[in-house]
Amino acid sequence: MTDQPSLAGPRAALLLSVGIRNQVLFVLVVVGVAAVVLSGFVDEAPNRLVSGRPVPLWAAAGALPVPGIAVLGAALSAACLIRPNRTLHCAVAVFAAALLLVVLAAAGHTAGLLAQNASPASRISLGPAFWVLAACAALAVGDALQRLGAGIIAQLVTVAGLASGMLLMAASGTFDALSLAKEYAIHRQVFADAMTRHMTLVGASVGGAAAIGFPLGVAIAKRPKLQNPVFAVLNILQTIPSIALFGLLIVPLSALVAAVPRLAAYGIGGIGVTPAIIALVLYALLPVVRSTSVGLTGIDSAAVEAGRGMGMTPGQIFREIELPLALPVLFTGLRIVTVQAIGLAVVAALIGAGGLGTFVFEGLGQYAVDLVLLGALPAIFLALGADFMLQILTAVLRRRFAP
Amino acid sequence: MIEIDDVTKHYGDRRVVDRLSLTVPAGDFCVLLGSSGCGKSTTLKMINRLIAADGGQIRVAGEDIATVPVEQLRRRIGYAIQSIGLFPHWTVEDNIATVPRLLKWPRVRRVERVTELLEMFRLEPGTYLGKYPHQLSGGEQQRVGVARALAADPELLLMDEPFGAVDPLTRDDLQAELLRIHRAMKKTIVFVTHDIEEALRLATHIAVMQEGRIAQLGSPIDILEHPASEFVSDFVGRQGIGLKLLSVRKIADRMRAGETAEGEPLSPETSLRDALSAMTARRTDRLPVSDAMGRKVGAIVLADLVR
Repeated sequence: MTDQPSLAGPRAALLLSVGIRNQVLFVLVVVGVAAVVLSGFVDEAPNRLVSGRPVPLWAAAGALPVPGIAVLGAALSAACLIRPNRTLHCAVAVFAAALLLVVLAAAGHTAGLLAQNASPASRISLGPAFWVLAACAALAVGDALQRLGAGIIAQLVTVAGLASGMLLMAASGTFDALSLAKEYAIHRQVFADAMTRHMTLVGASVGGAAAIGFPLGVAIAKRPKLQNPVFAVLNILQTIPSIALFGLLIVPLSALVAAVPRLAAYGIGGIGVTPAIIALVLYALLPVVRSTSVGLTGIDSAAVEAGRGMGMTPGQIFREIELPLALPVLFTGLRIVTVQAIGLAVVAALIGAGGLGTFVFEGLGQYAVDLVLLGALPAIFLALGADFMLQILTAVLRRRFAP
Repeated sequence: MIEIDDVTKHYGDRRVVDRLSLTVPAGDFCVLLGSSGCGKSTTLKMINRLIAADGGQIRVAGEDIATVPVEQLRRRIGYAIQSIGLFPHWTVEDNIATVPRLLKWPRVRRVERVTELLEMFRLEPGTYLGKYPHQLSGGEQQRVGVARALAADPELLLMDEPFGAVDPLTRDDLQAELLRIHRAMKKTIVFVTHDIEEALRLATHIAVMQEGRIAQLGSPIDILEHPASEFVSDFVGRQGIGLKLLSVRKIADRMRAGETAEGEPLSPETSLRDALSAMTARRTDRLPVSDAMGRKVGAIVLADLVR
């Protein structure tokens, strides 16, 4: 992908010298440029309920950020044409990261300018060009890091740099005029609670799924006869639509509380957190069980035989050989489940479990896209963050398991 | 060292090991030789109880192995297998130190022992201690595997086709090293293989196995010169039998002491097969022989090889 095969002859060399050396980056640049040309960078609406007028990037930002975006965009376009090496990949990563931050700053800056001449009820929301540019810049950072073969530390530094840049801008009021920030300001108190509740739902369900699924996976790996019946049940659970499962749990749990009223004192009921966690655990079981059993059965049987032959006890073989070797697969399962639970927990708001889904459904009801985003964006970032942290944890754990 | 007494093993209706008895004296290099399915691996694995015997008794150093706690028994017995089974997430150092760690040796002694073993297998400790198995060649992995089996200085070493999966040149090196280590350390070794050449080269005694029984037990020369049955002589191979005989006999057996010859001298420990090869290559019918100190002790003559 990175290198064109070099052809003999000066003419071929000339042709290749203006060729595209980095197709991925090229596609990202083209898509970004197209989005800027064809769509609005922000949308300006007189109030929350009517749909807005798109404002293109060049008409909007006025001051510094727009030339900044142009310069960085040009630099990245040029980078597509140069023979790649480590320095170039480094430069691309830095430029793309800078572009991401500048695009964010431009959005805030534009919104601030537009808000000066508008009524307080007006709403300035983020347009397609913003989302596409931001996404392309983020993907370009990721692609450059991958081409560099960046290790955990480099990835961590990049993510931390970008995150702190964004937080710094948010804290200094760059985004205050954007409608998303306004929605946040209105819902500030509720937002913190919803976020905490969301993380509680995810933590409890992933924890529960691990507590049940891990021993089950070990049992299946040790006794293959159990495999078919267990997976049959878990597969059926997995195919029940999430909304249906949330709904189906209302009846038995209500009946349970009616029969044992003392349970209500512990917050157990037909709606709310309890059925949400139960449903999320049930969904999480299949990936956890499967990754555990696959991780354990995928181990080189010679290592286990050697361990046995040298006089390791079954416990030692499990702790020192099977578990560490299965760990990467096992944690992949846990990562899938965590990301899945973060998404599904949004739906759990329907049965009164709270969490970020509250904003999504409230926003859908009011046709307020920014309120939907206030629920959806944090869920996305939560999922990306959890995925990233679990990847790092996997790598660290694997090293620590050496004797 | 090992007394296998009337031992039987069934898998379902199939009798894999059939009332087998075998005594391996201390310091012996005993090769269990046979084609696949003859019960040689099963016999080996019953010695460290990886497989439980259905009947009979096995004693190691006079002790019935059924009465020893199984992990304790295995930690006393080195074990090396064809697929090696190095732990991929451990360094060479940790891999070799497995049994010493299980036996709770202090760290200093473990490091000393690992270093000593790596040197014995001609793997430079500075380079290899911190490497992971996937960074080693097949031959290096198998050296580490054998070093790991020897780590706690076991009285007995069990090897299940350990060199079956390496290329012929590496196998040759590994065999030479194992012979050297066997002579130096005086371990008792039980070695399973289906390769007759390997058995002839390594063994002090060969047990040829057939359908769960021992068809013949004897020294390599015995087996070649006096096969006990049609089966054994078929297995050992009629073709090339002369060369096989030459390969198990040493120059020392046929040397003319006190005589001399021209040319680069050979060692008395060289096989007659190699001596024949040297004569053919050098277009001569006699070569000088000198001992380990370099003193000329005699000559080997072509006519004596075929006596």
